[in-house]
Amino acid sequence: MVLGVIMGKEELTAQETALYDRQIRIWGVDAQRRLSKSHILVAGMTGTIVEFCKNIVLAGIGSVVLLDDRLVTREALSVNFLVPNDEEKLKGRSLAEVCCNSLKDFNSMVHVSVEKGDLSALDGEILDKFDAVVIGRASFATKKTIDGICRKRSKKIAFFTVDCRDSCGEIFVDLQNYVYNQKKNDDNVECQFHYPSLEEAVAVPWNRLPKNVTKLYFAMRVIERFEAAEGRIPGETTAADISSVQQLRGELCKANSINESRIPDELLKRLLEGTREHPPVCAIVGGILGQEVIKALSGKGNPLKNFFFFDAKDGKGIIEDISSL
Amino acid sequence: MDTIEVSNLNRQFLFRQCHVGQSKAKVAREAVLKFRPNINITAHHANVKNSEFNVDFFKQFNVVLNGLDNLDARRHVNRLCLAAGVPLVESGTTGFLGQVTVHVKGQTECYECQPKPTPKTYPVCTITSTPTKFVHCIVWAKDLLFAKLFGDRTQDNDLNVHSADATNSSKNNEDISVQRDDEDCEKYGKRIYDHVFGYNIDLALSNEETWKNRNKPKPIYIKDVLPEPGMHQNGTNNTLDITDKSSLSAMHSLGLMNPQDTWTLAENSKVFLEALSLFLKKREKDIGSLSFDKDDQLSVEFVTAAANVRAASFGIPMHSLFESKGIAGNIVHAIATTNAVIAGLIVIEAIKVLKNAANSFRMTYCVEHPLKKMLLMPVEPFEPNKSCYVCSEMPLTLEVNTHKTKLREIVEKIVKNKLGVNLPIIMHGSTLIFETGDDLEEDMVANYALNLEKALCDLPSPVTSGTVLTVEDFQQEFTCSINITHREEFDDEKEPEGMVLLGLTPDLYEKPSKVATTEESTSMAPQEKPATVSDSDDEIEIVVLEESNRFAGSKRKLVETSITNSHDPKGKDGINVANDVGKLDDGHDDEVVVMKACNEDVRKKAKLV
Repeated sequence: MVLGVIMGKEELTAQETALYDRQIRIWGVDAQRRLSKSHILVAGMTGTIVEFCKNIVLAGIGSVVLLDDRLVTREALSVNFLVPNDEEKLKGRSLAEVCCNSLKDFNSMVHVSVEKGDLSALDGEILDKFDAVVIGRASFATKKTIDGICRKRSKKIAFFTVDCRDSCGEIFVDLQNYVYNQKKNDDNVECQFHYPSLEEAVAVPWNRLPKNVTKLYFAMRVIERFEAAEGRIPGETTAADISSVQQLRGELCKANSINESRIPDELLKRLLEGTREHPPVCAIVGGILGQEVIKALSGKGNPLKNFFFFDAKDGKGIIEDISSL
Repeated sequence: MDTIEVSNLNRQFLFRQCHVGQSKAKVAREAVLKFRPNINITAHHANVKNSEFNVDFFKQFNVVLNGLDNLDARRHVNRLCLAAGVPLVESGTTGFLGQVTVHVKGQTECYECQPKPTPKTYPVCTITSTPTKFVHCIVWAKDLLFAKLFGDRTQDNDLNVHSADATNSSKNNEDISVQRDDEDCEKYGKRIYDHVFGYNIDLALSNEETWKNRNKPKPIYIKDVLPEPGMHQNGTNNTLDITDKSSLSAMHSLGLMNPQDTWTLAENSKVFLEALSLFLKKREKDIGSLSFDKDDQLSVEFVTAAANVRAASFGIPMHSLFESKGIAGNIVHAIATTNAVIAGLIVIEAIKVLKNAANSFRMTYCVEHPLKKMLLMPVEPFEPNKSCYVCSEMPLTLEVNTHKTKLREIVEKIVKNKLGVNLPIIMHGSTLIFETGDDLEEDMVANYALNLEKALCDLPSPVTSGTVLTVEDFQQEFTCSINITHREEFDDEKEPEGMVLLGLTPDLYEKPSKVATTEESTSMAPQEKPATVSDSDDEIEIVVLEESNRFAGSKRKLVETSITNSHDPKGKDGINVANDVGKLDDGHDDEVVVMKACNEDVRKKAKLV
């Protein structure tokens, strides 16, 4: 038995102290408390998002609201470990409902629920209920809109997107103006990060970015533009799209004054064909995302700014700062 | 062979609250089958070092993935994988840090080619007489005081339990830790307190030499800390069910509710007395056989209190129960996210192994603060270390006094401890001088028992300078030669074991040990020397520090990978990552990680992708 602090609602309960012992040893009681008071909206139950949800639920987030009206598919079964292998349980239920059910099991102290409807239909009032919004695959337009709403609220709402294709993954972080304390040689220095919005970030001309920015950044932008131009549901691309995508790449590179060779054919092909996620990559990217959300909500630890990329092919996990500052 | 604990549940997500106490292997299997019913999973609830898991067992597999939490087991599996010719994917995490490494016999380093930090040990005198850090006080409280009072009394213990009681000469040789017949618990507790915190300190102070260049400790007697008689009464009867031993708590009955609080000297003293009293009154049966268990609330309270009073005595800052428990229990901090990242990386490497994609194997390091924009850093594996005594059968040298040292010391300190051998067989030429095993005949066993107590030169097949001993372990298919060199004298401080093993990685022979060793470092394998990251025109250079290898002859220096986290000074066994990224180079795609020798300009380039 480990004794917790029993007085006052502010303190952690004995149960929390026992369960979270190993992580409290990392980030302390205060951070744990802040986590337990945080509320998150998660949209789009992809394999990576599911990994992410598992992580924050285990960590003791206050509440999670899941949004995804899509029905369960075979593909979901292959990358989503929250979906039970039981036809009966899946009949007529949405991905969000099925995942919600499984997720509750992971930590009885976390409140998990479902929000029905379309992500793009959400307004500021609804978003105000949350401290962070995390979006799995969605159209660029929708992501841009939601990020825009978050930035306009008087309440600070952290915004994250994540997308994994083939054996690659991308995370975007927008914490607006983020103030944190950093220890520099015994002094506590207050630092501030200014995050660009999603719209601002992707608008930064490519030729103004450092030359060693990973090609994955550009490749994802090309695919993103392609999907938008073709009105595709995000992730619905095939190998056959390569020639159109190559053409679009040409146009974009010209407009941005960079060499087309910066975005290899081979990478584009992989992303076009590999719309199904690769489970170990989901775990890796979902893990990094989980850590970033925990940092942002607990206020402890240096957040990454503002993109993270992983490619299993070379094994690197890279942070890129895509901003005009 | 582990069972599930509550503190596992924050990250080991195949388990639920209802599974606490059950077998990890079995429950994990059931949980996985729920979302992947058609896989063949066999659960063995057993110690991986058991003889049933021999080379033939390992040969069944195409790849082995380790998720072990101690160095000993990892070394054992490493040897079995080498023997079986099966690739091994190793891994470990501590907080935000983690790594995944791949080991393929003949192609890459084995797990033991590079030095691993062995559990930290402290010189005896530091623990018994001259502590300077809180951890020294914890080790004293746990391995000396707690062990003496509640553990096996017949075990050797460095705690001074004798007093020169001038008033009663017949009690001169009394062991003060034994409760007297007519003595009640309270009196006994105070007597112990005064002896270890008062008398023993006064005794130490009488030796001026010790304190010439050190701060003197202050003796602490109960009457000074808790002057009022009422103050050291037993705490109020707790309202919890006192027949339930797991709910016994001294701090609780004293009204101290928050494990994160640092108690005052008076409070610590009360907890000390109360805990001692509770052990005697409610857990008599345990006394004499108890070993410290971090999940035993009362034990943790006692050790915390004792360590704190000692700390106060020596002017060392006191710590909370929460912190003390972490130190005494060697608790490794852990979270779900890092584990998820490492798990994903393990699978990626495993897939490469199964696909036979040899050139793509990577060692991957997960860091907290990005190094050159990277949170995940892949490095090509090195070739096997030709000086590795495990996979390259490099001979070792042991400097020892062959006239005085008993075989038993060699077996314990060298063969089992340093060499990590599980079931040793020691031969001198073709003569067996020692073996272990269940199937030995009685007279052999007796013979070996006799041998253990003999000095090396007195063995039936005398071991002297120039002798070569062969050490083997059939299960591990491990074999190693040790050249014996006689040496007369050893430095007590620097070489307290009275022998020096050479040819090993420096880590394993340089540390002056020990006493009370603290327990094994748990999940983290990686090493911990500082590295710096600097930039040349088109390369990253992760400078990996090496200890100089005393073997002039061996060409390849043993390299320690290291990464030092300047933001986490308390990080115990974690990897530390240098945060000195400096000017980031905007150049190349071809970034190379360069391993640099400290004392040589030999550079071995490892390609980063």
